Amino acid sequence: MSRFAPGARVRVRDAWPERSAPMHLRTPHYLRGREGEVQRVLGTFPNPEAIAFGRPGEPRPLYHVLFEHKPIWNEGQEGDTVMVEIFEHWLEEA
Amino acid sequence: MAGEPTAESIALLDKLVAALKRRGVMTEEDIQARVASADRASPETGARMVARAWTDPAYRELLLRDGSAAAEAMGVRMAGNPPLGVLEDKPDLHHLVVCTLCSCYPRAVLGYPPHWYKSVAYRARAVREPRAVLAEFGTALPAGVKIRVVDSTADYRWMVLPLRPAGTEGWAEDRLAALVTRDHLVGVSLPALQGATQAA
Repeated sequence: MSRFAPGARVRVRDAWPERSAPMHLRTPHYLRGREGEVQRVLGTFPNPEAIAFGRPGEPRPLYHVLFEHKPIWNEGQEGDTVMVEIFEHWLEEA
Repeated sequence: MAGEPTAESIALLDKLVAALKRRGVMTEEDIQARVASADRASPETGARMVARAWTDPAYRELLLRDGSAAAEAMGVRMAGNPPLGVLEDKPDLHHLVVCTLCSCYPRAVLGYPPHWYKSVAYRARAVREPRAVLAEFGTALPAGVKIRVVDSTADYRWMVLPLRPAGTEGWAEDRLAALVTRDHLVGVSLPALQGATQAA
Protein backbone atom coordinates (compact mmCIF):
# COMPACT_ATOMS: atom_id res chain seq x y z
CA MET A 1 0.00 0.00 0.00
CA SER A 2 1.28 3.44 -0.84
CA ARG A 3 0.94 6.29 1.62
CA PHE A 4 0.60 9.18 -0.85
CA ALA A 5 -1.87 9.63 -3.71
CA PRO A 6 -1.37 11.66 -6.88
CA GLY A 7 -1.79 15.35 -6.04
CA ALA A 8 -0.42 14.99 -2.50
CA ARG A 9 1.98 17.72 -1.36
CA VAL A 10 5.15 16.14 -0.03
CA ARG A 11 8.55 17.19 1.27
CA VAL A 12 11.75 15.28 0.67
CA ARG A 13 13.37 14.57 4.05
CA ASP A 14 16.18 16.99 4.81
CA ALA A 15 18.42 14.13 5.84
CA TRP A 16 22.07 13.50 4.94
CA PRO A 17 22.82 9.96 6.10
CA GLU A 18 25.75 9.73 3.67
CA ARG A 19 27.65 12.08 5.98
CA SER A 20 27.88 9.47 8.73
CA ALA A 21 28.44 6.22 6.80
CA PRO A 22 28.96 4.91 3.27
CA MET A 23 25.56 4.89 1.56
CA HIS A 24 23.95 4.16 -1.77
CA LEU A 25 21.14 6.69 -2.08
CA ARG A 26 18.83 7.41 -5.00
CA THR A 27 17.53 10.69 -3.58
CA PRO A 28 19.40 13.55 -5.26
CA HIS A 29 20.98 15.98 -2.81
CA TYR A 30 19.45 18.97 -4.61
CA LEU A 31 15.97 17.86 -3.52
CA ARG A 32 16.60 17.31 0.19
CA GLY A 33 14.14 19.45 2.14
CA ARG A 34 12.26 20.48 -1.05
CA GLU A 35 8.48 20.44 -1.46
CA GLY A 36 6.82 18.87 -4.45
CA GLU A 37 3.66 17.19 -5.68
CA VAL A 38 3.10 13.48 -6.24
CA GLN A 39 2.25 12.86 -9.91
CA ARG A 40 2.02 9.11 -10.03
CA VAL A 41 2.66 5.99 -7.95
CA LEU A 42 5.20 4.06 -10.03
CA GLY A 43 4.95 0.78 -8.16
CA THR A 44 6.95 -1.04 -5.53
CA PHE A 45 10.65 -1.81 -5.86
CA PRO A 46 13.30 -3.40 -3.62
CA ASN A 47 15.01 -0.76 -1.50
CA PRO A 48 18.19 0.10 -3.46
CA GLU A 49 19.89 1.31 -0.28
CA ALA A 50 19.91 -2.31 0.93
CA ILE A 51 20.46 -4.29 -2.27
CA ALA A 52 23.48 -2.13 -3.16
CA PHE A 53 25.20 -3.73 -0.17
CA GLY A 54 23.97 -7.26 -0.87
CA ARG A 55 21.27 -7.11 1.81
CA PRO A 56 17.68 -8.16 1.09
CA GLY A 57 15.84 -5.10 -0.21
CA GLU A 58 12.35 -4.84 1.23
CA PRO A 59 9.76 -3.58 -1.26
CA ARG A 60 9.21 0.19 -1.06
CA PRO A 61 6.67 2.33 -2.92
CA LEU A 62 8.22 4.62 -5.54
CA TYR A 63 6.64 7.92 -6.62
CA HIS A 64 7.08 10.33 -9.49
CA VAL A 65 7.26 13.70 -7.76
CA LEU A 66 7.17 17.10 -9.50
CA PHE A 67 9.18 20.09 -8.21
CA GLU A 68 9.38 23.71 -9.34
CA HIS A 69 12.76 24.36 -10.91
CA LYS A 70 13.42 27.94 -9.84
CA PRO A 71 13.28 27.63 -6.02
CA ILE A 72 15.83 24.80 -6.12
CA TRP A 73 18.55 26.77 -7.90
CA ASN A 74 17.52 30.39 -7.35
CA GLU A 75 17.72 30.80 -11.09
CA GLY A 76 15.95 29.61 -14.19
CA GLN A 77 12.56 30.20 -15.70
CA GLU A 78 9.23 30.39 -13.90
CA GLY A 79 7.07 27.36 -14.73
CA ASP A 80 9.94 25.00 -15.53
CA THR A 81 9.90 21.83 -13.45
CA VAL A 82 11.88 18.73 -12.55
CA MET A 83 10.25 15.32 -12.08
CA VAL A 84 12.08 12.70 -10.04
CA GLU A 85 11.53 9.16 -8.75
CA ILE A 86 11.55 9.23 -4.94
CA PHE A 87 11.07 6.31 -2.56
CA GLU A 88 8.37 6.62 0.10
CA HIS A 89 10.73 6.49 3.07
CA TRP A 90 12.29 9.75 1.81
CA LEU A 91 8.95 11.60 1.73
CA GLU A 92 6.90 13.32 4.41
CA GLU A 93 3.65 15.27 4.28
CA ALA A 94 4.19 18.92 3.38
CA MET B 1 36.49 7.05 -20.74
CA ALA B 2 37.17 3.30 -20.87
CA GLY B 3 40.18 2.74 -23.13
CA GLU B 4 41.56 -0.76 -23.69
CA PRO B 5 40.83 -3.28 -20.92
CA THR B 6 43.90 -4.41 -18.98
CA ALA B 7 45.03 -8.05 -18.90
CA GLU B 8 44.20 -7.99 -15.21
CA SER B 9 40.59 -6.90 -15.74
CA ILE B 10 40.11 -9.51 -18.49
CA ALA B 11 41.43 -12.23 -16.18
CA LEU B 12 39.09 -11.04 -13.42
CA LEU B 13 36.10 -11.10 -15.81
CA ASP B 14 37.01 -14.63 -16.97
CA LYS B 15 37.09 -15.84 -13.37
CA LEU B 16 33.75 -14.19 -12.58
CA VAL B 17 32.06 -15.68 -15.65
CA ALA B 18 33.50 -19.12 -14.87
CA ALA B 19 32.21 -18.91 -11.29
CA LEU B 20 28.72 -17.85 -12.45
CA LYS B 21 28.59 -20.75 -14.92
CA ARG B 22 29.86 -23.21 -12.34
CA ARG B 23 27.14 -22.18 -9.91
CA GLY B 24 24.48 -22.42 -12.58
CA VAL B 25 23.63 -18.70 -12.46
CA MET B 26 24.07 -18.39 -16.23
CA THR B 27 25.12 -20.38 -19.26
CA GLU B 28 27.21 -19.38 -22.26
CA GLU B 29 23.97 -19.33 -24.28
CA ASP B 30 22.44 -16.80 -21.81
CA ILE B 31 25.46 -14.55 -22.21
CA GLN B 32 25.42 -14.74 -26.00
CA ALA B 33 21.67 -14.07 -26.10
CA ARG B 34 22.11 -11.03 -23.86
CA VAL B 35 25.01 -9.68 -25.93
CA ALA B 36 22.98 -10.17 -29.12
CA SER B 37 19.94 -8.39 -27.66
CA ALA B 38 22.09 -5.48 -26.37
CA ASP B 39 23.73 -5.12 -29.78
CA ARG B 40 20.39 -5.27 -31.58
CA ALA B 41 18.84 -2.51 -29.45
CA SER B 42 19.04 0.84 -31.22
CA PRO B 43 17.24 4.18 -31.32
CA GLU B 44 15.39 2.90 -34.38
CA THR B 45 13.21 0.88 -32.01
CA GLY B 46 12.21 3.97 -30.05
CA ALA B 47 11.69 5.85 -33.31
CA ARG B 48 9.33 3.15 -34.61
CA MET B 49 7.38 3.31 -31.34
CA VAL B 50 7.03 7.09 -31.67
CA ALA B 51 5.95 6.90 -35.32
CA ARG B 52 3.33 4.30 -34.48
CA ALA B 53 2.05 6.41 -31.58
CA TRP B 54 1.73 9.37 -33.99
CA THR B 55 -0.50 7.34 -36.33
CA ASP B 56 -2.33 4.89 -34.06
CA PRO B 57 -4.31 6.37 -31.11
CA ALA B 58 -4.75 2.99 -29.39
CA TYR B 59 -0.99 2.37 -29.50
CA ARG B 60 -0.35 5.90 -28.24
CA GLU B 61 -2.60 5.23 -25.26
CA LEU B 62 -0.73 1.97 -24.52
CA LEU B 63 2.67 3.66 -24.91
CA LEU B 64 1.81 6.35 -22.36
CA ARG B 65 0.15 3.94 -19.93
CA ASP B 66 2.67 1.08 -20.09
CA GLY B 67 5.85 1.72 -22.07
CA SER B 68 7.14 -1.81 -21.45
CA ALA B 69 4.01 -3.39 -22.94
CA ALA B 70 4.25 -0.99 -25.90
CA ALA B 71 7.87 -2.06 -26.46
CA GLU B 72 6.88 -5.73 -26.26
CA ALA B 73 4.19 -5.03 -28.85
CA MET B 74 7.01 -3.94 -31.20
CA GLY B 75 8.87 -7.20 -30.62
CA VAL B 76 11.31 -5.98 -27.94
CA ARG B 77 11.94 -8.51 -25.20
CA MET B 78 11.57 -6.50 -21.98
CA ALA B 79 12.09 -9.34 -19.48
CA GLY B 80 15.04 -8.46 -17.28
CA ASN B 81 14.84 -4.78 -18.24
CA PRO B 82 13.62 -2.02 -15.93
CA PRO B 83 10.10 -0.75 -16.69
CA LEU B 84 9.89 1.84 -19.47
CA GLY B 85 8.00 5.08 -18.93
CA VAL B 86 7.13 7.45 -21.77
CA LEU B 87 6.89 11.23 -21.36
CA GLU B 88 4.40 12.96 -23.63
CA ASP B 89 5.49 16.34 -25.00
CA LYS B 90 2.68 18.86 -25.42
CA PRO B 91 2.52 22.13 -27.37
CA ASP B 92 3.45 23.98 -24.15
CA LEU B 93 5.57 21.34 -22.37
CA HIS B 94 8.89 19.78 -23.37
CA HIS B 95 10.61 16.89 -21.56
CA LEU B 96 14.36 16.42 -21.14
CA VAL B 97 15.77 13.19 -19.69
CA VAL B 98 18.91 12.99 -17.56
CA CYS B 99 20.29 10.70 -14.88
CA THR B 100 22.13 12.92 -12.41
CA LEU B 101 23.21 10.02 -10.18
CA CYS B 102 24.74 7.76 -12.83
CA SER B 103 23.65 7.18 -16.42
CA CYS B 104 20.32 5.28 -16.41
CA TYR B 105 19.07 5.09 -19.97
CA PRO B 106 16.29 3.13 -21.72
CA ARG B 107 18.74 0.78 -23.42
CA ALA B 108 16.10 -1.77 -24.43
CA VAL B 109 14.57 0.72 -26.87
CA LEU B 110 17.45 3.17 -27.48
CA GLY B 111 20.56 0.98 -27.37
CA TYR B 112 23.79 2.19 -25.82
CA PRO B 113 23.77 5.76 -24.47
CA PRO B 114 25.92 8.39 -26.21
CA HIS B 115 29.05 9.49 -24.36
CA TRP B 116 27.72 12.95 -23.62
CA TYR B 117 24.73 11.46 -21.77
CA LYS B 118 27.16 9.88 -19.28
CA SER B 119 29.35 12.98 -18.95
CA VAL B 120 29.51 14.84 -15.66
CA ALA B 121 28.81 18.07 -17.54
CA TYR B 122 25.51 16.89 -19.03
CA ARG B 123 24.38 15.25 -15.79
CA ALA B 124 25.11 18.34 -13.72
CA ARG B 125 23.91 20.96 -16.17
CA ALA B 126 20.75 19.39 -17.66
CA VAL B 127 19.00 19.56 -14.31
CA ARG B 128 20.25 23.03 -13.37
CA GLU B 129 20.28 24.98 -16.65
CA PRO B 130 18.27 22.91 -19.12
CA ARG B 131 17.65 25.85 -21.44
CA ALA B 132 21.36 26.54 -21.81
CA VAL B 133 21.99 22.85 -22.52
CA LEU B 134 19.25 22.77 -25.17
CA ALA B 135 20.71 25.90 -26.77
CA GLU B 136 24.09 24.16 -27.07
CA PHE B 137 22.35 21.31 -28.90
CA GLY B 138 20.97 23.95 -31.26
CA THR B 139 17.45 23.53 -29.90
CA ALA B 140 15.22 26.58 -29.63
CA LEU B 141 11.86 25.91 -28.02
CA PRO B 142 8.92 27.97 -29.25
CA ALA B 143 8.04 30.85 -26.90
CA GLY B 144 5.88 29.83 -23.97
CA VAL B 145 7.02 26.20 -23.86
CA LYS B 146 7.92 25.03 -20.36
CA ILE B 147 10.66 22.52 -19.70
CA ARG B 148 10.23 19.48 -17.51
CA VAL B 149 13.53 17.79 -16.70
CA VAL B 150 13.07 14.13 -15.78
CA ASP B 151 15.88 12.94 -13.53
CA SER B 152 16.03 9.17 -13.88
CA THR B 153 17.09 8.28 -10.35
CA ALA B 154 15.61 4.90 -9.58
CA ASP B 155 13.86 1.94 -11.17
CA TYR B 156 12.20 3.33 -14.29
CA ARG B 157 13.82 4.26 -17.59
CA TRP B 158 12.33 7.19 -19.50
CA MET B 159 11.84 8.05 -23.16
CA VAL B 160 10.26 11.17 -24.68
CA LEU B 161 7.32 11.06 -27.06
CA PRO B 162 7.96 14.25 -29.07
CA LEU B 163 5.32 16.26 -30.91
CA ARG B 164 4.69 15.19 -34.48
CA PRO B 165 6.17 17.84 -36.74
CA ALA B 166 3.76 19.97 -38.73
CA GLY B 167 3.75 19.17 -42.43
CA THR B 168 3.81 15.39 -41.96
CA GLU B 169 0.06 14.89 -42.32
CA GLY B 170 -0.75 11.68 -44.16
CA TRP B 171 2.79 10.30 -43.89
CA ALA B 172 3.22 6.55 -43.47
CA GLU B 173 4.74 5.14 -40.29
CA ASP B 174 8.10 4.25 -41.89
CA ARG B 175 8.57 7.74 -43.24
CA LEU B 176 7.71 9.26 -39.86
CA ALA B 177 10.07 6.89 -38.03
CA ALA B 178 12.95 8.06 -40.26
CA LEU B 179 12.47 11.59 -38.87
CA VAL B 180 13.06 10.52 -35.26
CA THR B 181 16.57 10.29 -33.82
CA ARG B 182 18.08 9.27 -30.50
CA ASP B 183 18.44 12.91 -29.45
CA HIS B 184 14.69 13.48 -29.89
CA LEU B 185 13.96 10.51 -27.63
CA VAL B 186 16.19 11.96 -24.89
CA GLY B 187 14.73 15.42 -25.47
CA VAL B 188 17.86 17.41 -26.37
CA SER B 189 16.41 18.23 -29.77
CA LEU B 190 13.09 18.22 -31.63
CA PRO B 191 12.10 16.33 -34.76
CA ALA B 192 11.56 18.59 -37.73
CA LEU B 193 11.23 18.30 -41.48
CA GLN B 194 14.62 18.41 -43.13
CA GLY B 195 15.44 21.91 -44.23
CA ALA B 196 12.59 23.37 -42.20
CA THR B 197 13.60 25.84 -39.51
CA GLN B 198 12.25 25.46 -36.03
CA ALA B 199 9.90 28.13 -34.81
CA ALA B 200 11.76 30.62 -32.65
